[in-house]
Amino acid sequence: MEELRNRAKQLLEAKTVDVVIGYGETLNNKIKAVFIRKPEDAVKLVYDERCTQNLGVYLTKHEVKHFGKPAIVASVSTMRTVLQLCSEKQVKDDGVLVLGVTLEGKFLEFPTFKTVETFMEKGVQPIPAKDLELMAKIETMSLDERWAFWQEELQKCTKCYACRASCPMCYCNRCMVDYNQPQWISVPSTEIGNLEWHLMRAMHLAGRCVNCGECGRACPQEIPIHLLTFKASEEAQNQFGAVAGLSSTMPSTLSSWKPNDKENFIQ
Amino acid sequence: MEVFEPKIVAFVCNWCTYAGADLTGTSRIKYATNVKIIRFPCTGRIDFMLLMKALSNGADGIIVSGCHPNDCHYTSGNFHARRRWMMFRGVASYLGIDLRRITFSWVSAAEGAKWAEVVNKATDEITKLGPNEAYVKTAKKFQSMDN
Amino acid sequence: MIKLLKKSSFEIFFKNLQTQGKTIYAPKNNGKKIEFSKIDNFADIVFDYIKSNQSTKEIVFPRYHKVFRYTKQADDTVVLQDFSADSVPETVVIGQRPCDAVGILALKAIFETDIADKPFTARFNKTSFITISCTKSDENCFCTSSGLNPGSTEGSDILLTPIENGDYYAEILTEKGTKILEANASLFEDSPEIDKNKYLAKVEVRFDNKIIHEKLNTIFDHETWVEQSLQCIGCGACAYVCPACACFDILDEDNGRSGFRYKCWDSCGFGNFTIHTSGHNPREVQSQRWRQRIYHKFSYMPKREHVFGCVGCGRCTDVCPVNMNIMEHLQTINAL
Ligand code: SF4
Ligand code: SF4
Ligand code: SF4
Ligand code: SF4
Repeated sequence: MEELRNRAKQLLEAKTVDVVIGYGETLNNKIKAVFIRKPEDAVKLVYDERCTQNLGVYLTKHEVKHFGKPAIVASVSTMRTVLQLCSEKQVKDDGVLVLGVTLEGKFLEFPTFKTVETFMEKGVQPIPAKDLELMAKIETMSLDERWAFWQEELQKCTKCYACRASCPMCYCNRCMVDYNQPQWISVPSTEIGNLEWHLMRAMHLAGRCVNCGECGRACPQEIPIHLLTFKASEEAQNQFGAVAGLSSTMPSTLSSWKPNDKENFIQ
Repeated sequence: MEVFEPKIVAFVCNWCTYAGADLTGTSRIKYATNVKIIRFPCTGRIDFMLLMKALSNGADGIIVSGCHPNDCHYTSGNFHARRRWMMFRGVASYLGIDLRRITFSWVSAAEGAKWAEVVNKATDEITKLGPNEAYVKTAKKFQSMDN
Repeated sequence: MIKLLKKSSFEIFFKNLQTQGKTIYAPKNNGKKIEFSKIDNFADIVFDYIKSNQSTKEIVFPRYHKVFRYTKQADDTVVLQDFSADSVPETVVIGQRPCDAVGILALKAIFETDIADKPFTARFNKTSFITISCTKSDENCFCTSSGLNPGSTEGSDILLTPIENGDYYAEILTEKGTKILEANASLFEDSPEIDKNKYLAKVEVRFDNKIIHEKLNTIFDHETWVEQSLQCIGCGACAYVCPACACFDILDEDNGRSGFRYKCWDSCGFGNFTIHTSGHNPREVQSQRWRQRIYHKFSYMPKREHVFGCVGCGRCTDVCPVNMNIMEHLQTINAL
């Protein structure tokens, strides 16, 4: 942690970056995101097992972008976020200094996105066992059981959009669900509106979701909403060999195609 | 008892399947009358949300059809569409939506007979499955909002 | 009026209310969270809990609800079906917390200022609130800083405070409460006046909402708004769980010749909440939206509606995905 604080201080002193996006503590010893802009504030940075939020969500936030060039304290999922955002032209190539934390908890600085890409070859953050278990369970369900499972979960959804807001890849200024004249997705949190909203979210994140699980963590109703985008990632990988967030130049999965995409379902 | 006549909505592209369906008619080939055709410029324009809207408005089945690969009027619209359908099928069935109700096909302007076949097959399949009750019930809950 | 409700009488009380035709809402475990739900079986009610995930506002101000319905006849005349209070059942809420009860008063103030909102008024008038005082609190509770306490009576028709042996010290507070008492008179025994305070949770006072109210007159342009809200990601989680948040949207569902107009929840924290048709957005960035949230609750509402828009339940802190803590932020403002 000292290492991180010192490095952040140096970076701000040398004006290599304008802001360090990292974790700090609230008055009640909870973890929150902090945006360090003065070298003397670098001591506010902390890093421990409580730091789970994917800070990548702040890279596209208006008020944060306004500060100038950022450095970001990045878990492996956040590193994937940075690369994916770059491939989608949301951050400039090498426009973010990545202060990475490896899966083993070691600090590692990445001067360029190329070096992040090389690091990614060692493997991404594994999906937690609990999620894998539930995903496997859903796969074995019959169609009716799956329908019942999701209906039961989704009826709890209040459409607070915490899942959307916490997702680093949901950066649209105006989301499809926000269009209400005419309404494309039913605006209120009705049974059908919730189903359409979550199907749409999964489709729009297909091949872009970096499996950070932030959306599921954010949900006040504890709906395992991240499993839908995890499923979409799985499809993207199995069907098109596309894994999000491994390269800063990857073409968008659903806006590209191959002549030999398998089509055994088409008559 | 009343016989179940499924309502099927077909989303088709202007250049191939729509012309193909036209040919079916001018060739006087008889086929199931359950299908309502909606014409689109290209399969690339057929958003998955349109399918969802059809289902929630009471469609028992859906057909999506356009030009064969490499025949797209706009070169690659159908290739884009194909990827989207692949993804849609994965996610939708994960949510418990019955994919047997959604038929995808390539029907060219010359394939009047194939169009009849596609429609007949889909109609048979969906007649066997029965009305799309679970889905419509879910959708209607909002429509009949009593609070 | 003071009474005693024996623990052993509660189930009979519940069944009586059922036979009297009341729809009953009470806290229930949905497998993950404690939520207020329609209850058919007494055994489903959870009594040992601190607070529910969602507040009870949903009962009087549902997530979405109809305003009117219209149908165009064959001769093109339009038949309008206005909201009718008859569609609202007689309801009893059992076991909400005193802060929730006050939250509903805040909603009432909003919905009944100037022209009363028909659906809200109908639901409010047909609902009786049997509140249970808090004997436990959690780290995010701050009712005592909001001018309330774990045994506040405002907004309740009957307030039950758990005393020895799980029995309840019952304060009958309103006409609605008296009606319930009368219909169940045999279950409510006479009780001596007791000091209920010793049974209540102890909640530390952290700031004074009147001071916040004063302070807000001068700090509109203070940098603290940006500092506090840089981490806020602009979701609606805090507004949707809040017992006193009343933002809503009005929409039409049109099916050609018939349709309906309805309201559904909205949140001032959403980026597009204030966007104009022209594309201009007067609250462009999140710090302005966060400031609005605090100003509305602690400045505008007390000025206009004479109630605070925050009752100190701490739910917004419970659910915030990025650990925004309203109590800490108010403490900061208090100290400015
Ligand atoms: S965070 Fe949960 S409740 Fe909120 S919109 Fe997403 S799924 Fe629904
Ligand atoms: S969809 Fe969920 S898991 Fe995927 S990137 Fe967004 S927040 Fe992370
Ligand atoms: S603002 Fe937060 S603490 Fe205050 S009443 Fe609303 S949810 Fe409770
Ligand atoms: S304070 Fe928290 S819950 Fe409220 S809008 Fe901001 S991030 Fe969402």
